[in-house]
Amino acid sequence: MSRPESGGRVPGFAAHALLWCYAALAVGPLILVVIGSFRSNADILRQPVGLPDSLGFDNYLRAWQTASISTYFANSIMVTVAAVALCVAVSAMAAYALSRWRFRGRALLAAFFLSGLMIPAKLGLLPVFYMFQSMGLIDTRPGLVLLYAAGGVPFSIFVIMGFVRGLPTELEEAARLDGANEGRLFVSVALPLMRPALAVVTVFQFAPTWNDFFYPLVLMRSDSKYTVPVGLTRFFGEFATDRATLFAGLVIAIAPLVLVFALATKQIIAGLTAGMSR
Amino acid sequence: MIAAKVRPARSRGGYRAGRVSLGWIATFCLPALVLYGMFVVVPLVTAFSYGLFRWEGIRPAEFAGLGNYQEVLTRYPLNEEIPAALWHNLLFFAGTMAIQNTVGLGLAVLLYRNPRGKRLFQTVFSLPYLISPLIVGYIWSLLLSPTFGPINFLLRTAGLDAWARPWLGDPDTALPVLILVNAWQWIGGPMLIFLAALGGIPRELEEAAAMDGASKFRAFWSVRFPLLMPAVGVITVLTFIGCFNLFDLVYALGGSDGGPSGAMDVLGLLYYRTAFEGGTNSIGESSALAIMIFVVVFGVSVALERFLRRREVRM
Repeated sequence: MSRPESGGRVPGFAAHALLWCYAALAVGPLILVVIGSFRSNADILRQPVGLPDSLGFDNYLRAWQTASISTYFANSIMVTVAAVALCVAVSAMAAYALSRWRFRGRALLAAFFLSGLMIPAKLGLLPVFYMFQSMGLIDTRPGLVLLYAAGGVPFSIFVIMGFVRGLPTELEEAARLDGANEGRLFVSVALPLMRPALAVVTVFQFAPTWNDFFYPLVLMRSDSKYTVPVGLTRFFGEFATDRATLFAGLVIAIAPLVLVFALATKQIIAGLTAGMSR
Repeated sequence: MIAAKVRPARSRGGYRAGRVSLGWIATFCLPALVLYGMFVVVPLVTAFSYGLFRWEGIRPAEFAGLGNYQEVLTRYPLNEEIPAALWHNLLFFAGTMAIQNTVGLGLAVLLYRNPRGKRLFQTVFSLPYLISPLIVGYIWSLLLSPTFGPINFLLRTAGLDAWARPWLGDPDTALPVLILVNAWQWIGGPMLIFLAALGGIPRELEEAAAMDGASKFRAFWSVRFPLLMPAVGVITVLTFIGCFNLFDLVYALGGSDGGPSGAMDVLGLLYYRTAFEGGTNSIGESSALAIMIFVVVFGVSVALERFLRRREVRM
């Protein structure tokens, strides 16, 4: 694909044709899924590719209610929102302290947090499993929240620290002269300035938490507490022959992420390249 | 690696020692420390000790030293499954580097040269990036299903009946399909990283090369490409780590056994099966396996990083 360089410049229209081709490849499968979700199952089995006869939401209703995707969805929302909020809150405080204050062991503490970037947390799955068993956290949503929040700490601290270092300290110095204490400085002065970094971190924790499959696969037992990904494995087993409903279920599972993506493309690109600047 | 890139704090960014009390430091740092320590660090450290014991169910029975490691490497069927799974992981890495990252670079170069609609294309190309690998797997298993799948239907409609096949049920095509589906999902990553790196290279360098009479091709390979090496390094290491974390996608495409006659079996699945579908000593054996995987991945990543950085400096 890097041939364009060899023959000099690719004419603009050829380059755009290539880009559009790849765009079709990237989006085509998703469009097939969306179209499939509006067709009846009999139609799909008769002719796998085709347009829906009418625009009905029967499949969505069946997936949402009969297949209890609504339950999985509510669980995923609860777990994801709580985990991301907890993670961002504790990381913002620690990152602020680590980048603004000098104290003994500061560098060591920062290194301790950041070392988590390099080690796959999933390696500790079995110990987590037995720890949860002794703490009564198996098959509970709070258990998942704690795991996800903890797993997000290294990346969040990494991004927020990098950002806080670049912020000017004058405003805080001024507030300090006015007699504000450290807690007040953080909440009223620093936090508002840190918003862009907090946004990047929030968006970046949201997707992996929403998508995670491994932890709930191992730690959750009851159907009523499943998050969307584990719920889907059950759903695919039960509705294996009902493709129309499967397509609708997949669209529901993807929708929240597409929404986040649409609202936060800028933060996503900033986060993806966070380690790359300089 | 990534952490090493954090620059040391500039002195003007911090207050002098002694101005912030220990109480405030504890208030700010302890919540994160407790959370991270308890649910990430302690389990990781414990995982290392698990592998050193022979287990009976959930009780450690006796200290086994490296016995579990020996067991895992020599006992049937693990002694055959591990090399097979490792080989699949390596093929997967090679395939991903060859397809995902070169196409990603190509798209980045095209977008860099033709910035019209750049934002739209960036968004569209990275769209699959957000979807869970599990869901991606389910989407493609529906699209690729032998009789009612749209892909085979389209092939038949186009008169390519011979090409229509049970893509995921055939041991010969399962792994290549896995690589392609994975590349379809992640291509936005290398593209964005390359695009950011291209944007960071001053145009004057290439113009200077052109003035000296270098062809476009030469200007790219001798001037721009070496400056992309940091990006290539980051992507290679990330791809390598990602390849060994492979689990959700294969689970959705081929189940926990790794597809037709284990053609897609990878180390992640093997670990899962050993840990949760294994015998009485499953904790000992699976922990030993997990630690071996970790040591290989971590060691190779560090070595790759070192090697690439050295090349960077030389160039």
